[in-house]
Amino acid sequence: MTETAPQDAAITEALSRKYDAGFITEIEQDQAPPGLDENTVRFISAKKKEPEWLLEWRLEAFRRWQKMKEPRWAKVDYPAIDYQAISYWAAPKSDADRPKSLDEVDPKLLETYEKLGIPLHEREALAGVAVDAVFDSVSVHTSFRERLAEVGVIFCSFSEAVQEHPELVRKYLGKVVPTTDNFFVALNSAVFSDGSFVYIPPGVRCPMELSTYFRINAANTGQFERTLVIADRGAYVSYLEGCTAPQRDENQLHAAVVELIAHEDAEIKYSTVQNWYPGDETGKGGIYNFVTKRGLCDGDRSKISWTQVETGSAVTWKYPSCILKGDDSVGEFYSVALSNHAQQADTGTKMIHLGKRTRSTIISKGISAGRGQQTYRGGVRIGRGAEGARNYTQCDSLLIGSECGAHTVPYVEVRNPTAQLEHEATTSKIGEDQLFYCRQRGLSEEDAVSLIVNGFAKQVLDELPMEFAVEAQKLLGVSLEGAVG
Amino acid sequence: MLKIENLHAKVDGKDILRGLTLEVPAGEVHAIMGPNGSGKSTLSYVLAGRDGYEVTEGSVTFQGEDLLAMDPEERAASGVFLAFQYPVAIPGVSNLQFLRTALNSIRKQKGEDELNAAQFMKLAREKAKLVELSPELMKRAVNHGFSGGEKKRNEIFQMAMLEPSLAILDETDSGLDIDALRIVSQGVNALRGTDRSMLVITHYQRLLDHIVPDVVHVLVNGRIVRSGDKGLALELEKEGYEKVRAEARA
Repeated sequence: MTETAPQDAAITEALSRKYDAGFITEIEQDQAPPGLDENTVRFISAKKKEPEWLLEWRLEAFRRWQKMKEPRWAKVDYPAIDYQAISYWAAPKSDADRPKSLDEVDPKLLETYEKLGIPLHEREALAGVAVDAVFDSVSVHTSFRERLAEVGVIFCSFSEAVQEHPELVRKYLGKVVPTTDNFFVALNSAVFSDGSFVYIPPGVRCPMELSTYFRINAANTGQFERTLVIADRGAYVSYLEGCTAPQRDENQLHAAVVELIAHEDAEIKYSTVQNWYPGDETGKGGIYNFVTKRGLCDGDRSKISWTQVETGSAVTWKYPSCILKGDDSVGEFYSVALSNHAQQADTGTKMIHLGKRTRSTIISKGISAGRGQQTYRGGVRIGRGAEGARNYTQCDSLLIGSECGAHTVPYVEVRNPTAQLEHEATTSKIGEDQLFYCRQRGLSEEDAVSLIVNGFAKQVLDELPMEFAVEAQKLLGVSLEGAVG
Repeated sequence: MLKIENLHAKVDGKDILRGLTLEVPAGEVHAIMGPNGSGKSTLSYVLAGRDGYEVTEGSVTFQGEDLLAMDPEERAASGVFLAFQYPVAIPGVSNLQFLRTALNSIRKQKGEDELNAAQFMKLAREKAKLVELSPELMKRAVNHGFSGGEKKRNEIFQMAMLEPSLAILDETDSGLDIDALRIVSQGVNALRGTDRSMLVITHYQRLLDHIVPDVVHVLVNGRIVRSGDKGLALELEKEGYEKVRAEARA
């Protein structure tokens, strides 16, 4: 890279401080002081040695963000966030600060890994143990990169993409989710730390499932991931995103942005299993997850499919959406969201039909237990030109206990008379009769709940790649522990 | 095998069982007949440990242990099986997945090794023949969209898989046509054995033509008012419950 970040007293000062190791690997722990102003944005951009245009892009987003208001329309309730109290930059901890082995890690956390059946080497990484393949907010798990490179697939951290493929980043960044889309997007655009970048060249079927683990490790640090996935003409990729976090006492803000672009005849399958710390039984200390995910079916016959299993976070605000611009393009949304104890989730999708004969399917399964509150918020919009567009929406809620809530808010806007829309919705309770039937056959109450819930969610779990489906099934069971009895 | 003494139980604050005493030795099949509301289903739920069925007096001993002190799943593991009058549907959970989870839960509680998929399938195929259950039905979600006959056949299939020492059949004949009744009865008869007792709860004598009991009890107002051999069932069929009811009042 040739461009240099603008020099500024604060940056100079910050840069001169304990920062002598190389970027990306083996970096010493450093953290920006809490607070957010233009200098913070410049600091981050400089830290990441970003080109001028990206700094300008961030600053523009920041200026817009300052004029925006935090959205309050979602059915979630949380204390006001002090954006000046958050630290917007944390590089990985040095090995000295990390646990030396799993013996030094919170046993409760390990118990959860055990229940989820997470492989041993991954447990170490997830718990932040100092091992070779450590990935924090700066880097991304990039195994198999050589094999991918053989077929021309680019899969790297966002920072690397900025350095190595600036033309691609510049071409696509913010094209699906403009910086001013909403308050959290503007914030993310201004201060995003890192994320993943995927580019699949024309006609290439990505030879493996791409996965990345996001983690939140440094206390009191907001996480602002940025993901960009591009499938060129006729390409195919399946991308898996899984999250888990250690226990934390303070609320942590997470405002990610994910953009997907599918060109002509391309297909992107994006799967998420999200299991961030939901807080304790009273909701204290959980993650706030305010995510904007959107895919653009740009070319004809392109397809984007979102599958999500959301069991974590104290507050979830998330609507993975599809813009069906190409003719005959297809959008899908399969979701299981679970709220137990004091968790709140307001989630759903938007399907925006612009092209002719575009089709979308929405299958949403909401599970509420404890005092959990669950809202499905979905929008289906059929534009004037979307001749013969079709949507099918199915929205099921399952209640466990009598203190939780399920809410369904479907918005529909049709501007073309040839469109066909179907909507089905059900709400059911886990019946005492079902539980008793299972227990009479020898299942414990918890196993019974887990079995019934997995049955309820099956339609969605079936959409997940195999290895994820198994973990997701266990996750639903573990997340519901203590929900009955 | 099963010894019930002076059992009193309440449902929704209402006394239903009022001093029921009954003993079923190992290997015997006992039928319990009685008019609507006499407490037949309550008895089956109390024995299986359903919530809301409150025992206020009396005792139930099963294989020398206090049955009433156990959770429903512990009772299942110790060998109590209830064939439900209205089997419950569990959407999205295949019959086989359900049964494998159940069987392995029981085996685990008993300290036995869990069956792997191949062992389980072999057993399931073998047992399905007993009640002519098609492989297609085994793969479908538990009782979801099953006909009345299919549900009852499925109950007996589960019983064959779990091999209980005490099987309680709660109106297993209700909702069955003649062919289904024959198939279900054949399945039950095949499972009779010296180490397995059965409690067959029914309104009608016709089931007892197929599953011939060793002893017939008549339950009225929460008590056993008469016991006898199969002839008692035929007598009831002819004369109705009015006579035993009158006797009970006397």
